[in-house]
Amino acid sequence: MNPESQLRPYPTRRTLLRTAVTAAVAVPALAGCVTSSSDSPSAVSEGAEKTADNPLGVKADAPLEVVVFKGGYGDDYAVQAEKAYTGKYPQAKVDHKGLQKVGEAMQPRFVAGTPPDVVDNTGAGRLDIATLVGASQVNDLADLLDAPSLDQPGKKVRDTLLPGVVEDGTFAGRTVALNFTYTVWGVWYSKSFFASRGWTFPTSWAEMLTLSAEIRKAGVAPWTYQGKYPEYINDPLLSMAAKAGGTDLIKAVDNLQPGAWKQEGLVQAATAFAELAGRGFLMSGSEALSHTEAQAAWCQRKAAFIPCGSWLESEQKGVAPAGFDMVMGAVPALGPGKLPVSAVQAASSESFLVPAKAKNAAGGKEYLRLLFSKGSATAFAKANSTLPSVAGATDGLTLSSGLGSVRDAVTAAGTDTFTYRFRTWYAPLAKAVDDATGELVNKRLSPADWSTRIQKAADALAKDSTITKYER
Amino acid sequence: MRHGRWRFLLGALVPALVLHVVFVLSPYAQAFYLSLTDWTGVAGQASFVGADNYVRLGGDTLFLDAVRNNLVLLAVFPLVTIAIGLFLASMLRQSSSRLGAGYRIVYFFPQLLSLVVVAVLWSFVYNPNTGLLNSGLRAVGLGGLARSWLAEPSFALLSVAAVLVWSSVGFYVVLFSAAIEGIPAELFEAAKLDGAGRWAMFFRVTLPLVRESVQVAFVYLGIAALDAFAVVQIMTVGPGGPDGATEVIGLSLYRTAFSYGKFGYASAMGVALFFATLTLAVLALRSGRRERLELA
Repeated sequence: MNPESQLRPYPTRRTLLRTAVTAAVAVPALAGCVTSSSDSPSAVSEGAEKTADNPLGVKADAPLEVVVFKGGYGDDYAVQAEKAYTGKYPQAKVDHKGLQKVGEAMQPRFVAGTPPDVVDNTGAGRLDIATLVGASQVNDLADLLDAPSLDQPGKKVRDTLLPGVVEDGTFAGRTVALNFTYTVWGVWYSKSFFASRGWTFPTSWAEMLTLSAEIRKAGVAPWTYQGKYPEYINDPLLSMAAKAGGTDLIKAVDNLQPGAWKQEGLVQAATAFAELAGRGFLMSGSEALSHTEAQAAWCQRKAAFIPCGSWLESEQKGVAPAGFDMVMGAVPALGPGKLPVSAVQAASSESFLVPAKAKNAAGGKEYLRLLFSKGSATAFAKANSTLPSVAGATDGLTLSSGLGSVRDAVTAAGTDTFTYRFRTWYAPLAKAVDDATGELVNKRLSPADWSTRIQKAADALAKDSTITKYER
Repeated sequence: MRHGRWRFLLGALVPALVLHVVFVLSPYAQAFYLSLTDWTGVAGQASFVGADNYVRLGGDTLFLDAVRNNLVLLAVFPLVTIAIGLFLASMLRQSSSRLGAGYRIVYFFPQLLSLVVVAVLWSFVYNPNTGLLNSGLRAVGLGGLARSWLAEPSFALLSVAAVLVWSSVGFYVVLFSAAIEGIPAELFEAAKLDGAGRWAMFFRVTLPLVRESVQVAFVYLGIAALDAFAVVQIMTVGPGGPDGATEVIGLSLYRTAFSYGKFGYASAMGVALFFATLTLAVLALRSGRRERLELA
């Protein structure tokens, strides 16, 4: 036996060094895998001739691959559009995939340069659209937007969409994504509950505070929010700011202008929500509740108001008691501002795109033309009680209480819908805003510090040269 | 003959080696390389940026929060888990064997649940209005102690640490029990004859003789403390909040890669974490060897 070898602690300096050297030699040999695909244009098949019936020049026998997020809306609506596609081009073979984790499945295919022809980039774990744009992985949809609509003669696809839909998918002047659903944000309440107590939804913030005091006296918490995800309480705050400062305020924020977050409208809105928290109008414990828990408490009439997007009604199916009759109201305004009280924050989602390296890009765009037809959108609205982004798709339909109120809000707002783009453009800034607002409504941050802190994050982002910047 | 033996050895080793190289070494090597690039995760190409990503790490306040929180977990979680594990294991030695076996099975239960399930269950327990913890406190008249456990910065990380301890302590009870059973009974008898009390017996006999298991436990728990991703991601506000109070390196890495599309920068975080874990393991293993020699 060799006693010396036992005494030596393991691993020794020598074995460590040896391993390190081996690793250093091996790294270059092993490393070159992930990013080895070249950027050379893939063999995109030549399209056919463009005709009135085939405005995008689809090759009739080219196969089409469609990848759809199969979430709350299922994927039946997408399958229907595929059937319409094969009806029009019987020789084309359509490959359909309904997935939950679209991002995970699509990332390697984008990297390898073999993406499908249509991707519904939606759901948790979707690919960051700004990153895809920055990496030139998406196709310009201009020719689709200028193609004639399928079932509305005399109109281009562009003219059949609700306000803001084209802008939502536009990055640096190119429209690269079309969103199929239209989401409106507001403050929700139960019509039957309010009627039984004699409460009316307020239009000004002063009325909101008076009513909140009254509601609390009745033993009900005036507000709750989905505290685990502070972005939910951000939406009414930013809406209120937008109504005060108008589109100029929004543009300053989105364009990362110096001092944008110190604008009066934003500070006033932050002060308003700090007051809501300070006067105890938020249901206690809300700050730790997930969206399901907070929304369930609201459905049990433990709280009167909850901020949410228009998906709330379908999300609460089976949770809301019969006769609850939930209704969405526009966020009350602080005072006379640059946008009317009826203005609503609205944005489209369920983002369909055609990858830049799609083999059958023309087919992909034609598929979207079929999907975004009025008939297809109406069928979707009926099946999912959700507003599609095609204008007039719900005309003549009998709508549920919630969806009806959303449609009325959109009609009342007219062209006064607005949306902030920084959330999609600059995910790190969105996180900074969410964190700050979470602190604000938990009384750990003053409105002034709130704006200073977010401004600092926005300034840092503006200076960061590794992040692609957008303008509107 | 000799030739045939080599062929057999190669046949047995090569498939395993190839799998190891392709699925373990190569991803590591690629992460090292990617950490020096600005790869977005969706582009076919990445450009080399040198040490930029590592320089950024130093100025990234959220990442520094994450490092701080992981260090807190590293200081608290292994120590508490090992202390409780050792305590329960030495109690089990003194209890009757049937009762001891029963307890050992019960302690092991959390180990059978996936960490995700554990995290979801505990987020129900911590619910400030209807959760088991606050309801229990109110039921025994301690309602003043009820809190929004996961939403208060000073309690959130400790609440997460408590879940980690709960979910791992059972495994170490079983591990330490086995080690304690390996100690010859004469030693305990001799100590008893010499008049050693329970504390003296534990600190002078049990602990020195199970030291090696404790060292191994430190390495495992230390690595788990540097991770903690799953529990934080599922349970906490934000996740990682409130306001970074429960941010951990794994979560920063995940968000940077998958929400921000910065795989190069995220890889740099991963490489930093890799070296932290490696250092911890080397330190613990080296001190472990020395201890054994002293005893021998």
